[in-house]
Amino acid sequence: MSLTREGVAYRVACDLPDGSYVNLGIGIPTLVSGFIGSDKEVFFHSENGILGMGPIAKPGTEDPDLINAGKQYVTVLPGASFFDHPTSFSMIRGGHIDYAVLGALEVAANGDLANWRTPGEKVPGVGGAMDLAFGVRNVIVTMTHITNKGKPKILNKCTLPLTAPRCVKRIYTDMALIEVTPEGLLLREVAPGLDPKTIQSHTEAPLRVAPDCREMNVSANFQQVAQPVR
Amino acid sequence: MVDKTLGTCEEAVAGVFDGATILLGGFGDPGLPGQLLEALRLQGAKNLTMVHNGSGGGTHSLGGLIHDGKVRKLIASFPSNPGNTSFQEKYLKGEIELELVPQGTLAERIRAAGAGLGGFFTPTGAGTDLAAGKETRVLDGREMVFEKALHADFAFVRAYRGDRLGNLNYRMAMRNFNVPMCTAAKHVVAEVDELVPLGGIGPEDVHTPGIFVDNVVEVVRHPEYLKITTEGR
Repeated sequence: MSLTREGVAYRVACDLPDGSYVNLGIGIPTLVSGFIGSDKEVFFHSENGILGMGPIAKPGTEDPDLINAGKQYVTVLPGASFFDHPTSFSMIRGGHIDYAVLGALEVAANGDLANWRTPGEKVPGVGGAMDLAFGVRNVIVTMTHITNKGKPKILNKCTLPLTAPRCVKRIYTDMALIEVTPEGLLLREVAPGLDPKTIQSHTEAPLRVAPDCREMNVSANFQQVAQPVR
Repeated sequence: MVDKTLGTCEEAVAGVFDGATILLGGFGDPGLPGQLLEALRLQGAKNLTMVHNGSGGGTHSLGGLIHDGKVRKLIASFPSNPGNTSFQEKYLKGEIELELVPQGTLAERIRAAGAGLGGFFTPTGAGTDLAAGKETRVLDGREMVFEKALHADFAFVRAYRGDRLGNLNYRMAMRNFNVPMCTAAKHVVAEVDELVPLGGIGPEDVHTPGIFVDNVVEVVRHPEYLKITTEGR
């Protein structure tokens, strides 16, 4: 079995501590905010000047002046604040945001991240990705473990242009939870039904298996039969 | 008596000259001065350098200006949204120049210009393709890239309320690039939802003090504003 996109987002949400300030990237990361338990307060930041962002606005209640960095209409929670771009990026670059949850195209064993330029892409765009990758203390990556052609995305060395060197702390995929340590990659959790050997076979970089490596504790509705490789 | 208000967007953009550098406010639709942009498109100035986070929509807003061939160069962080067809076409034909800047660096280069600074050192981008050719220095053990202040001839922004002295107040996520942009250009124009009498914006609620603003124009929002926005302007 492997995790669904929601399952990956749920697993990340479990690890975000009470009181933390978090920026979510586009894709799987956006889903994380939906899985924060009512037992903790987590504050979501959006690059375009929002802290304390709430869920996506329901149809018919959108406000034209309130979007997130992915240009979706959103809401704000009590206690939220609005500010300008220099202030927003002071929060990011100045190390005030605790966690950035970002998508990735490739991650290397040393924590190098490549997520801003795809091969063959015609018009480049970087947005806030580099500021987040360089400025936020804990950069977390969510992604599918392999490409849709079955190739590993966790590599010895990135082949795509880097977003930032040595910035990733943890990698959450549909197959595993991997920590980046000074000694290399450490496999901490595997998706239900998978074993470390299988994870390694889909990972180019060598994995050490944590002594307490375990199966992820996620419910059956966050699991799916592993998709056949196209 | 000081009165910075103008009656129309046409008057507000009349002074734009060929080859001008223009800071264009907004992130998505919040704060985007859509009606000043339409007036600029009709005004006809060309060889413009536009500074904006993205590259506008298909054939409206900044996309319209690009579509008409009025833009020589774009300085942006995220010009690659799939809907930005005008920019993509011109860029792939080599008809428009692009300077790609990380979003936080773009905002800070504009802020630095308004604050009278020559530039700043930032960790963002060090060792990546976007720092190629730039001066670097190790400060407190960390490699930093020198980024120059970004000055402009004009800034066009949108605010929620304004008064005759140029004081501006923004709603929700409208502030974005507009606050720094108002400080960094020789001539600054804001379109606003509502012109209010002096005191109509309380001193605590002035986000851009009028000292930075040259002209204010009241415009009525497009009645289908939200619809246009939802369809991915």
